[in-house]
Amino acid sequence: MEKKKFDQLQEELFYEKLDNGLSVYILPKPQFNKTYATFTTKYGSIDDQFVPLNEKDFVKVPDGIAHFLEHKMFEKEDGDVFQQFSENGASANAFTSFTRTAYLFSSTSKVKENLATLIDFVQSPYFTEETVEKEKGIIGQEITMYDDNADWRLYFGTIQNMYHNHPVKVDIAGTVDSIADITKDHLYQCYNTFYHPSNMVLFVVGSVNPDEIIEQVRSSQQEKSYEQQSPIERKFENEPSNVNRKHHQLNMDVQVPKCMVGLKASNVELSGDDLLRRELAVNTALEVLFGRTSSHYTKLYEEGLIDDSFTFDFSQEYGFGFALIGGNTREPDKLSQTIQTILAKEAKNSSITEEQLNSVKKKNIGGFLRSLNSPEFIANQFTRYAFNEMDLFDAVPTLETLSKDDIGAALADLAQPDRMTSFFILPKEEEAVE
Amino acid sequence: MTIEPKTVKYQGFSIHTIPTKQFKTNQMVLKFRAPLRKEDVTARALLPYVLQSGTKKWPTTAAFRTHLDDLYGANAQVDVGKKGESHILSFSVDVANERYLKDSTPLTIEGLHVLSEVLFNPLVENDGFSSKIVEQEKRTLKQRLESARDDKMRYASQRLVEEMCEGEAFALQPNGSIEDVDSITPQSLFNVYKKMMSEDTIDLYIVGDIEEEKMLPACEEKLPFQTRDELSSEKAEYKPKEEPKKIVERQSVKQGKLNIGYRTGTVYGEDDYIPLVMMNGILGGFPHSKLFINVREKESLAYYAASRIESHKGLILIMSGVDPGKIDRADTIIQEQLTAIQNGDISDKELEQTRAVMKNQMLETLDVARGIVEIHYQSVMAGTSFTIDDWFERIDSVSKDEIVSVSKKVVLDTTYILTGKEEA
Repeated sequence: MEKKKFDQLQEELFYEKLDNGLSVYILPKPQFNKTYATFTTKYGSIDDQFVPLNEKDFVKVPDGIAHFLEHKMFEKEDGDVFQQFSENGASANAFTSFTRTAYLFSSTSKVKENLATLIDFVQSPYFTEETVEKEKGIIGQEITMYDDNADWRLYFGTIQNMYHNHPVKVDIAGTVDSIADITKDHLYQCYNTFYHPSNMVLFVVGSVNPDEIIEQVRSSQQEKSYEQQSPIERKFENEPSNVNRKHHQLNMDVQVPKCMVGLKASNVELSGDDLLRRELAVNTALEVLFGRTSSHYTKLYEEGLIDDSFTFDFSQEYGFGFALIGGNTREPDKLSQTIQTILAKEAKNSSITEEQLNSVKKKNIGGFLRSLNSPEFIANQFTRYAFNEMDLFDAVPTLETLSKDDIGAALADLAQPDRMTSFFILPKEEEAVE
Repeated sequence: MTIEPKTVKYQGFSIHTIPTKQFKTNQMVLKFRAPLRKEDVTARALLPYVLQSGTKKWPTTAAFRTHLDDLYGANAQVDVGKKGESHILSFSVDVANERYLKDSTPLTIEGLHVLSEVLFNPLVENDGFSSKIVEQEKRTLKQRLESARDDKMRYASQRLVEEMCEGEAFALQPNGSIEDVDSITPQSLFNVYKKMMSEDTIDLYIVGDIEEEKMLPACEEKLPFQTRDELSSEKAEYKPKEEPKKIVERQSVKQGKLNIGYRTGTVYGEDDYIPLVMMNGILGGFPHSKLFINVREKESLAYYAASRIESHKGLILIMSGVDPGKIDRADTIIQEQLTAIQNGDISDKELEQTRAVMKNQMLETLDVARGIVEIHYQSVMAGTSFTIDDWFERIDSVSKDEIVSVSKKVVLDTTYILTGKEEA
């Protein structure tokens, strides 16, 4: 087991790659009551075309299947895994993103038992036609819940504006129609391809003894016979660099309109340090331009174009990336135009000063310390970074090396007119007239 | 671990310090509490946002936020909420502990300065707040109130409480009402501020790697509150309904929301309260609970079906999202779960699971600085004392009979349904 020490932060991180390929990370937090553990596969909603294990040809699976599989992992022949976690006083959950499926628990006692439950339930699939059918009703209600959620529709609407072909444009849970096609055979096919230990990360953070944890995980993995698996082949449709459409809108039962501007990233094959630098540079640029200390924020707020729901964020993974900027507004047209004009101008000639950059750096250093109070943040973000060959603990040191020119260049690269789009949620017309 | 803070009490103002090395930041939270009242709830809801938008030293949001960024991203927040029939305004500052920075400037004391400046040195003109700031924040408050209703899950929860507690102070939304925003003036708001500063019951919490002997004098100096009368914590009266109330509203939504409110007659701090909390856990607090198992897992009717306790008001509130055509079916199954508990249908496994997850939930809450503050403040409000050992002991000792007996006091009050326009 390797050990990495972060003196300034007073943290230690332990790492081991097991014989079957599983990466295990342990970060002890002796002051905490709880232990939080995530068991994550590098498999999300975008992985819809791949060569199944021991086969030769690509297949395309129904939309929403990674998320469906996540739900079905909890059901076993002898009942629901939640029952077992509750008996041992743990709170368990799972989530599916574009690129990851994570299973997790937190508990303040019986950590060993709960960790064994986590590993075993994720490594022992049990699907039947009957339980698969039953789940369609539950997930159907999850999908309709999101259908009625204006903020979710705004988020996905903007992504759909940006992408022509890439599966990031497909809702993570799929649709009621797409999940109707899912069978237990699909689930086994996806499971066998993507849940091999070599495609997974186990992260344990909390009041644990690293030696005991690693010993437990090693012996649990030795008991299971995993064969070596060759790298997974995934396929993505060719994606043009420009946006799919410049604008689109949706009418819903809301009183306050919503506006989101999306910027589609180019050069999306980055990983490791290059990706880290890009994410940090773009987020720094957005903070300087649209953060609450900026002149743009002040002006937009004073003009009544934004309120405190206004947000901005940039993230990129292998194959796709985007910035999203917006919030609730009385004048979505005007807000969208103003944001796009600011970005276009900054892309040509960055106004960012050394002083602004230093201020953002300071803010982020403190923000990162605050994040380390959260075991959830540490495990989830570390895993996301690891899947992109980045190290979470490099984030602040890398940020400190960024220059004003780096920030300007990143923004110039991102904010191109043919890669900008806007999406609005507007009140239903009958309500708007009232 | 224990969270018995050291409390220094003045008349109407208490300072609670919780020294711990668990966190990398130090958290300060200042809470103001007054009765929830229709006549000033909206103005009070506006107040924290006006105060943080301009002080004499930092007259603009940009100036204020620049200062916070320079303090290594100090996180200053305001929050407006209610607990029982009390209206609570919170001002918090979370600052990095310089021990983990290359720069050793002491930041906690700077955080205290921020709280002091926001509360004691507001930007004032013509015996009122800055009219520009007040107008901007009135606009934002209206938008905040309106957009909260655009979130259907939240809207259904709000509407249930409004209908259920009609005529009671608890029906008021902590952020106030839209129709009361326009009449607020910079001067009237300034009077509300003066009243808050002189009459509210105030609690300051400091959680982190702090030296009490240094912090206390600094707090007294920087936050010179006058003495005031204690707020009484009487249990609010209400008139039980003769018949349960049922409200159906229609909007263009795909999913129906079924929210159900029950009166329990028991509030935080009373003898029955822990049995009630256990009962709620068995009913719908967790993934092993009856609602999750029966509404979701057995019948596939919902993605979420859960219950929670409104601790200082003595309500159990159930929320679920179901297909509009299946609301009646879900309603029936939900009611059956409560009846089952009332009939003593509680297995030893359910009981033990609920004890285990309740204890876990409490300890996890105490792993977050704000969680420590909220757990302690609950007991301060109820005028009781809280220790983790007592709480654990009580959870362990609750019997099935006690749970069944408290469940028999739970009475259906109001059912609120939000459903689609097409159906029916």
